[in-house]
Amino acid sequence: MKSKRLLISTIGVLSAVSFLFPFFIILLNALKNKADIIQYPLAITKDLSFSNYIEAFNEMNYLTSIMNSLLITVSSVIVLIVFTSMLAYYLVRHKTVMTKIIFIVLIASMIIPFQALMIPFVTIYGKLGMLNSRLSLICFYLGFGVSLSTFLFHGFIKTIPTAIDESAMMDGASQFRLFWSIIFPMLKPIASTVAILNVLWIWNDFLLPSLVLFQEARTLPLSTFAFFGKYTSQYGLAMAGLVLSIVPVVIFYLIMQKYIISGVTQGSLK
Amino acid sequence: MLKEKSRWKKLLSFIQFCFIPLFAFLMIVIIPFISGVFNTFTDFNGIEMTKMVGVENYRKALTDKTFWSTLWLTIQYVLCSVIFTNLIAFLLALLVTSKIKGKHFLRSVFFMPNLIGGVILGFIWQFIFSKFMVYIGDATGIALFQYSWLIDTNKGFWAMVIVSVWQMSGYLMLIYIAGFIGIPKEVLEASSIDGATKIKQLVHIRIPLMIQAFTIAVFLTIKNSFMVYDLNLSLTNGGPYRSTEMITMHIYNEAFLFQAYGTGQAKAVILFVIVAAVAITQVLITKRMEVES
Repeated sequence: MKSKRLLISTIGVLSAVSFLFPFFIILLNALKNKADIIQYPLAITKDLSFSNYIEAFNEMNYLTSIMNSLLITVSSVIVLIVFTSMLAYYLVRHKTVMTKIIFIVLIASMIIPFQALMIPFVTIYGKLGMLNSRLSLICFYLGFGVSLSTFLFHGFIKTIPTAIDESAMMDGASQFRLFWSIIFPMLKPIASTVAILNVLWIWNDFLLPSLVLFQEARTLPLSTFAFFGKYTSQYGLAMAGLVLSIVPVVIFYLIMQKYIISGVTQGSLK
Repeated sequence: MLKEKSRWKKLLSFIQFCFIPLFAFLMIVIIPFISGVFNTFTDFNGIEMTKMVGVENYRKALTDKTFWSTLWLTIQYVLCSVIFTNLIAFLLALLVTSKIKGKHFLRSVFFMPNLIGGVILGFIWQFIFSKFMVYIGDATGIALFQYSWLIDTNKGFWAMVIVSVWQMSGYLMLIYIAGFIGIPKEVLEASSIDGATKIKQLVHIRIPLMIQAFTIAVFLTIKNSFMVYDLNLSLTNGGPYRSTEMITMHIYNEAFLFQAYGTGQAKAVILFVIVAAVAITQVLITKRMEVES
């Protein structure tokens, strides 16, 4: 029994190490100069310094990119939560042929790969001059995100008894007021799931912003990509850039871990 | 009069609740989708169209050798990553639901790669494959590591598989954990009283009772692996000699690099049909298994 437990613990430690190893490698080597990286990638050498980090920080316009990413992610997620919760509420509470069709179309659209949309998408919105703007990107995220978020809210709202709506209606509240003052506060658990799934998607998204944003409005993945492309052969600098671009997500993860894990699980099981 | 008023009210509440999200959905998903399908039957070149060309774009797409080779490569990649990711995710789920110390820590560690975008993960592993492994190969003399996997037409593929398994297995692990937790304790207790061993319990009771978790996990891996782009771009960029170019990258290059909008879009529509067919078949098959068990 004891030896078995030891075996399991060993497997646990080994697999944890192998999962973390890539992060460890870049964290360590970002502190070294190029010669040391090539000669001793595993060793902790004498002259470690933060100079790579400082240079990467300035070179990739780190703060600007973070602000762009934050602005786009936060606004898109708020917009998504506000509008899809309302849509889902309406679809649940008004059972007509039309709402059923709308719901089915939303679900079915989830299987469309982004690649099947991106070419017409770029030609249409390029022609309208709506690319290269952060505001359009937020609208695009609303459009692409509607189906999954509505679906998640829909499943949750179904479980709220209509008696709650009816008693509030009797007090003469309009449906709009009723939703915001009574229903929406009850949606907190599912809203946090929706928020987390969308934050992870939008924060890390590369292809859509790469088609929409250019130059100064770059998000973090875009500027990391450009930075890495430019300094690939300066390993230390390139790795410092990677570490910097991972840091915000790791901080978010450390703070929100419990919610992220349960949110992601909830989101995929629905 | 009253009826008209209530109809007006109904319309108003529909507009209040649904107009903005549905309008966005229509403009951003439905219209591009329909116009994309429509354009494959025209000579649209990204700027203008002059005439209908029938199935010409599809004929060109289907007779393009690179299309078939990238599609075949993608199918191999999907198969490998579905099998290995799910296998490893399942084992990880077993590990963190066993009586091991530091479960929560382990679970967080395994899930971590999932939080980071494919582009960045690809760059991290690019260094590992092209520098670190070569260093190990030189130091130990292991032939497997003496040249970078990323300059080898065959090993580049496996590099993609390894990174995607590393990236996705933590996510699927969460689904399998939820599957394990969903099994009623009484069933397990009853079976261990009846003398079932741990392995037997796993094969005959736990797995059949959590088929739903497999349905979801396999579905997600199929969809994600077919759509892989970021990782492909940053890890190998399709190289060497386009030997690791997956279908999505092929479509992207066709449309935006070679400006062949028509055939590019036709290929995208074919990809859509394949993904939809595979995903629906898979869900139908595993759903049937759920019912039977």
